[in-house]
Amino acid sequence: MNAASEPIVAIRDVHQSFGAVEVLKGISLEVPKGGVVCIIGPSGSGKSTLLRCINGLVPINKGSIRVAGFEVQKLKTDQEKIALRKEVSMVFQQYNLFPHKTALQNVMMAPIHVLKENEAEVRERAVALLEKVRLTEKANAYPGELSGGQQQRVAIARSLAMQPEVMLFDEITAALDPETVKEVLTTIKELAQDGMTCMLVTHEMRFAREIADVVHFTDGGVIVESGPPDQLFDRPVKDRTRAFLSQIL
Amino acid sequence: MSRLRWHEARGTDLPVLMPSASHIARAAAAERTSGFFTLRLQPAHGAALLLLFLIGCGVAQAQAEAGHPSIVATIWKWTPLLLGGFLFNLAISAVAMTVGTLAGMFLGFAQISLLPPVRKGAWLTTHFFRNAPWLVLLFYCMFLLPFQVTVFGITIPIPDWIKATLGLALPVMANVSEIVRGAVQSIPTAQWESAASLAFNRRQTMWKIILPQCIKRMLPPWMNLYAILTMATVLTSIVGVTEMMTLTGRALSAENRPGLLLAFYSYVLFWFFLYCYPIARWTVRLEAKYAVNQ
Repeated sequence: MNAASEPIVAIRDVHQSFGAVEVLKGISLEVPKGGVVCIIGPSGSGKSTLLRCINGLVPINKGSIRVAGFEVQKLKTDQEKIALRKEVSMVFQQYNLFPHKTALQNVMMAPIHVLKENEAEVRERAVALLEKVRLTEKANAYPGELSGGQQQRVAIARSLAMQPEVMLFDEITAALDPETVKEVLTTIKELAQDGMTCMLVTHEMRFAREIADVVHFTDGGVIVESGPPDQLFDRPVKDRTRAFLSQIL
Repeated sequence: MSRLRWHEARGTDLPVLMPSASHIARAAAAERTSGFFTLRLQPAHGAALLLLFLIGCGVAQAQAEAGHPSIVATIWKWTPLLLGGFLFNLAISAVAMTVGTLAGMFLGFAQISLLPPVRKGAWLTTHFFRNAPWLVLLFYCMFLLPFQVTVFGITIPIPDWIKATLGLALPVMANVSEIVRGAVQSIPTAQWESAASLAFNRRQTMWKIILPQCIKRMLPPWMNLYAILTMATVLTSIVGVTEMMTLTGRALSAENRPGLLLAFYSYVLFWFFLYCYPIARWTVRLEAKYAVNQ
């Protein structure tokens, strides 16, 4: 088997329901290592739920998800899920920084407490990560003192500090004002260029076109259409895709 | 003046008037967490008490017969004894608060346990002791606890005040349990989620992320509970503990002057006010500060 051709994320026929409501109705997709995949679609189409399934926050009812060597649907104990989450990190729409810790401490916490790494090494890495997201001067600021865009970049640095294999981004610019969206997207772009495997749920179509290798359009819990951004945005095949894009663009 | 303080707390020098609705909402939220009315003592309350005391003194003076010492001299004479009793009240409140807080923290954690029997048992215990009348709990402890225990042949007496203190610690425990549970559950679930996606386990999430954020939320209701407990320590006089109320009663019977009643009891009230006032003011200030920061 050739490891390079093996996709790092392989999702097969995933079904998921909250009570009687079926949110995902058979989703299949693959992401190669270092690939950047964007998932677009109307609200309530199950995009965020899919991401939550991938790092085991939400259990699936049927199908299989294989990520970084883990069979997610087979992980039962907390310990198994923790092992998965060390490799698959998630950034949220509302940043969810820890408000009682400074930016630097937010970035350092998980590697110190979860990975049990040496504090001096973690600090070095955290400082470098904050520099990477251009927040060196805010290292000692608390989340409450930072703008939304700055908080989101700290959140990205915090996830990167775990040195994951895959990064999941759940509508990370949805809560930001247009001017700060750009700074966050620049960070993601650099990340993708560095070869990080990224899955993004986003409403930023222009950004998706710029950054993605493949774009998936979801609606009603299924993938309606997939393809490289040029094809999906310029020559969509399905009527539903066309209707959605004409409303957004 | 109090308006000005709001501005400081809000970190702005603009003349912002807080809408009264948010005051009421915040007060209601605080009272829900603590399970009690929040003591909102004002200087005016102290002035009213002082006035009551002065009226009491006036009444006593007017009823004084020839040969009685002045009311001020009488109160001054008894003050060392009464203050000794007051210190005993404070000691009872401190011990009951410490014991109740430690037990209440365990009970509070048990209330958010993932194991249903633990959680339900803790819930039942909490609500039983939280809703039982304090005086009834006090009587239970007085009459159900032995007056001495024998451990390894050594007989250790349990004085009444220890039993009374335990009786007061029970409702404190139940209320602290609710404060802990309420604070933990008031932290947004997003914090749990983001901790989980950084591979924290439940224990680490609790100790490193959730509880540090809870302390701010727990402090005001906890201090309020302490002030209320301090006032409740006079209940122990009913079960025979020699604290300030008991001593006041004894002083009055020794003096045998009915006119002194109002003066002496408002004097007691005034001491409690002096002690609780700073706590109440500080509580309200912390509440406002944390409400702004969240």
